[in-house]
Formats: sequence, C-alpha cells, structure tokens
Amino acid sequence: MTSTPTPPVGGLPAKAPGKTVDRSRESSAARVRKRLSTTAASVVAVVIATVWTLPTAGLLISSFRPEEEIKNTGWWTFFTDPQITLRNYGDVLFGTASQGQLASYFVNSFVITVPSTVFVVVLAALAAYALAWVDFPGRDWVFLGVFALQIVPLQMSLVPLLSFFSEGVTVAGVQLMPAWDLQGALAFTNVWVAHTIFGLPLGIFLLHNFVSQLPRSLFEAARVDGAGHGVLFRRVVVPLVVPALVSLAIFQFLWVWNDLLVALIFAGGGVETAPLTVRLAELAGTRGEEWQRLTAGAFVSIIVPLLVFFSLQRYFVRGLLAGSVKG
Amino acid sequence: MGFSILDELPKLVWLLIGVAAFLAAIGCLLFFVDRGPRTKYEWWQASLFLAPALILLLLGLVYPAVRTTFLSFSDSRGENWVGLQNYTWMFTQPLILTVLRNTLLWVVFAPALATATGLMYAILVDRRRFESLAKSLIFMPMAISFVGASIIWKFVYAYSPAGDDQIGVLNQVVVWFGGEPQLWLLNPPLNTLLLIVVLIWVQAGFAMVVLSASIKAIPDEIIEAARIDGTNAWQQFRHITLPSVWPTLTVVLITISVQTLKVFDIVRTMTGGQYETSVIANEMYAQAFRYGELGQGSALAVFLFVLVIPLVIVQMRTNRRQREQR
Repeated sequence: MTSTPTPPVGGLPAKAPGKTVDRSRESSAARVRKRLSTTAASVVAVVIATVWTLPTAGLLISSFRPEEEIKNTGWWTFFTDPQITLRNYGDVLFGTASQGQLASYFVNSFVITVPSTVFVVVLAALAAYALAWVDFPGRDWVFLGVFALQIVPLQMSLVPLLSFFSEGVTVAGVQLMPAWDLQGALAFTNVWVAHTIFGLPLGIFLLHNFVSQLPRSLFEAARVDGAGHGVLFRRVVVPLVVPALVSLAIFQFLWVWNDLLVALIFAGGGVETAPLTVRLAELAGTRGEEWQRLTAGAFVSIIVPLLVFFSLQRYFVRGLLAGSVKG
Repeated sequence: MGFSILDELPKLVWLLIGVAAFLAAIGCLLFFVDRGPRTKYEWWQASLFLAPALILLLLGLVYPAVRTTFLSFSDSRGENWVGLQNYTWMFTQPLILTVLRNTLLWVVFAPALATATGLMYAILVDRRRFESLAKSLIFMPMAISFVGASIIWKFVYAYSPAGDDQIGVLNQVVVWFGGEPQLWLLNPPLNTLLLIVVLIWVQAGFAMVVLSASIKAIPDEIIEAARIDGTNAWQQFRHITLPSVWPTLTVVLITISVQTLKVFDIVRTMTGGQYETSVIANEMYAQAFRYGELGQGSALAVFLFVLVIPLVIVQMRTNRRQREQR
C-alpha cells in the first residue's frame, strides 16, 4: 500500500469526480464505524472505572451510616434512605480500647513514618552523591553492590535483624553492640532503623540516577573556586535534585505508612508503638463483622496517603516512571 | 480507657529528639567532610558520605541474608545443622505444597491480568476527554495500603444468610441474578482467586500509568501514517502500539510479578492464611515469628529469594537495553 505513489491531493476533485464520491462514501462509513468504536471504548472505560471506584465508594458511604444500617442493609440503600452519622468515626478514633482507639495508632503511624522518611532521603542523598562524584577506587563496585541489594526480599533479613535488636551484635565472643531493650516511646527506634535499612537500596539507586546526570562542568567550576564536597553537596547538588528528593520522600512515606510486615515484627502489636495498619489488620481478624468500625477505621488510615497522593501526584508519577517500585 | 493526648506526648517528643539528633549528626558530618586530609583519592570524603548507609546495609541486609541462608539449614532454634531437612519438609508437607500452589496461582494470574487491564484502560482513555480524571480513578488504589484494600474488598465479599438483606456487593449481584449468597472467602481455590482480585485492583493503576507514558511516546507520524493506510483499531494496536510498548510491558509484568511473589498483607488481613489461602511470604512469617520455627521460616525466605532472582535479572537486562537505545 505504502509503495504506491500517492498523487497530490490538491487539484483532484475536478479531475476525477467519481473517485471523490467513492472516497467520501467510504470515509462516512468509516466515520460511523469510528464513532461506534469510540462509543464502545467509552462504555468499556466507564465499566472499568466503575468497578475500580465502587468498592471504595461503598466503604466510604458505609462509614457514615449508623451501625444498625451498615450491618443489616446494603450501602446502596443509602441512596433511597439516607442516614448520616459521625458516630463511627468518633468511636473508632477516641472510644475505648476495644472500639479501636485508632487516634493513638494514628499518632504511632505518624511517629514511625516521618523519621523513616527523613532518614532514608538524607542518607540516600549522601550515598548517591559519593557514588556519583567523589573520586575513589572501587566506586563502581560499591554502586553495583548496592544496586544488587534491591533484589534481596526483606523476608531474608527479618529474623537476624530482629535478633540484633533483642540480643545485640556479638562477633567472636565480643559484644560489639548491646541488646536494645527499648521501652515505651523509645521502642520506635527499632522500626525507624528497620525501615531505613529496607528503604536505602532503592533510594540510593533512584537518587544516583538523578545526581549522576548533573553536568560535570558544574562541579569543575565549583572546585576551581575551592569548594569542598560538603559545600558542593549542600549548595549545588541538593537544590538541583529537589524534585527527585520529593519523589523519593513520597514513595518512602507511602511505603512506610502502608506497611504491615515490618511493623508487625519490629513495632509489636501494642497501643504504644503499633501503627494503624497493624491495628486494622487485627480488627479485621478479631472483629471481622464490626463493619461500623472497620469502614471508618479503614478511612482513617487511607486518608493520609490519599491526600499526599493527590496533592503530589506529579512527583509520584515521575518517580514511578524513573523505576521506583520497591520489591 | 480512652484516648488521651498526654499518653501521646512522649511519642511526639521522641520523634522530635530522633529527627533533631539525626540532622545534627548529618550537619557535623558535612562540617568535617571539608576538613579532612587532602589525598590523591578522596577516601576521607567518600567514607564520611558513604559510611552511614553502607554500615546500615551491611548490618541490616547483607549479613542477615547470609545468616538466613545458614539458618535455613538448621533446626527450629537455629542451633544445629540439619542439612536439607527444611527443604524436604517444604516440598513434601501437604500444607506447604498448598502454599506453593497458591503462590503459583498468584504469579500466573495477578501480573498478567493487572497488566492487561492497565494496558487496555490506558489505550481506551488515551487522548480522550477527562483523561486525567479517568486515570486518577484507576490509579487511586496505588496509594491505599494493602490492609485498607483488603478491608474494602472484604466488604465487597461480605455474606449474609439467604433471605436477609445482603451487605456485600458481590452477593447482592448474585442474588439479583437469582443465585444463593456465598461465603466467598471460605471455599478454596476460589477464595485465592478472589484475593488475587485485590492485588489486580491495586496494581492495574501502576501498569496503566507506566504504559500510558510509553503509549504517548509513540511518534505521531507513525500513527498518522497508519491512519492514512486505513488500518483499523485492532491492526493499529497489534502492529504499532503493542510492539512500541513491548519493552515497557515486560518491565511492568516483571515488577508486578516480584510484588506478587512477596504478597503478604492481603492474605493476612483477609483470611489470615486460613482456608487454604496461605502464600510463601505469609507462611514464612507464621513459621518464623508465630511458631518459632526459624529453620523452616528461613528455608521459605530463601526459596522466595531464589524465585525472585531470575525475574530481577531479566528486568535489569531490559532496563539496560532500553537505556542503550536512548
């Protein structure tokens, strides 16, 4: 088809009227077909969008319905018999321990997530800078090693890492690090350290991609002015890679806030340190039929990541496209 | 005992102390980095910049991974060498064989269906009105925790006895079509498939966003040329879109596969691994941390690691090839 030379379209109609009619008929048929397929495409798209949105909508609506209504009628009856209450949220956040007491767990989630995010972003930025611009032999091998660590599932390190915290580090009979018998609020430290470790390989890799692409001339100019690496890092590199830092921060924040496994093992299950996810999983297991609590509770835990996500979606997508998906 | 802000105060104070101490330490580090000895190679600077991260990685990932491998060859307390006993246990116990079968079901269905849905949706909404809104709807579950997603779907699958009003959407639909309401999560192997739906629901958005970017990267001239040649939508998909996004498609498939192999939260929240729904990651947690079987738990972790390795190697290769093409 493409090999046939196409005549210039310009003066055609006058020369070959028959052909033009043919072509217009064909194109109107094609237009109808195209409109049909566009309509079909729209219908399919709407169906998928509905299936994807409906479960969340159902839960959100339910969380505002009175307990009796949730347990006995479907959430869609809300549209014929709307009853709204905030009681579920009040109970689940500030009620007794058996009702959830999620406000305390919300604080825990916050206290776990903020340092775990700050630590990873800062340490990963330092390491990424050194692996890209500080001159020392074996640099590429170190980078390769860190890169390869991304494939280690965190399941591989859970048991020994936990024993570090509970028994300390002993090498050849010499106690290098004592056991961390941290109580109360101090016990958050374990979770911070664990999350920081698990976030570093991806963080270093992601930031290295950005930092290493900065132009070399930038560094040479600054070095001529006598600036050391510390100054370069603070004054030149960090301001230039802010978008990448934000991307990483969002990912780490969402990952830590939404994590269940690391928290289960390193934070325990108590109201003193456990985050929302641990408490909700527990409620879903022991109070699986208490939908007035589960629906409101789920939204308490979902709202923060959703806000972060929608306000910073641009950075989130950019990070995704740069390959930042943690295994 | 209810919520009291006084109980929360120590947590917030420790948060502030922790972050402040950390930032102070980093400040010191940056101060001393420029005051080290001047040498041909920048050892001093390199070690200050890298030491915190590398020490954490060595202590927290490298050493533990080696130790877990050793533990997988030892008894439940990790003291005596038992050879391959934990591995023979893994491949002979009916319970664990079910776990392996379930993991296989997850890996077969979740990545393929999530990617297919994401690709289809990306094509359907491409350059249409409301594209960004439509994408946000599918993408939103990415921000929701697996625990939250599990509760959302548990509510979809909720059961009330026949005759009562249904509160779960799925059973209501079944009743509308004249069927009997089902206890969806109790019947294997259907329950595993219903858990897989949750992961598809979460991951389709990821596939959609990445593939959509790749579709938009197809040059306009190629699409225009195809249109002039009179290709229909299917031909355009088959001969232009699919070949163009193929490398991205493999990366997406593999990324979701790795996630799928490690799936834990969904199983734990929805069924707790009961009713024959357990998977490797869940069983690993149960063995090592619930039953205190360190050897068996470690063997499961090592097996998970072994399953992940080939996938990641393929992924790295594809990544490198794509980068070379650019």
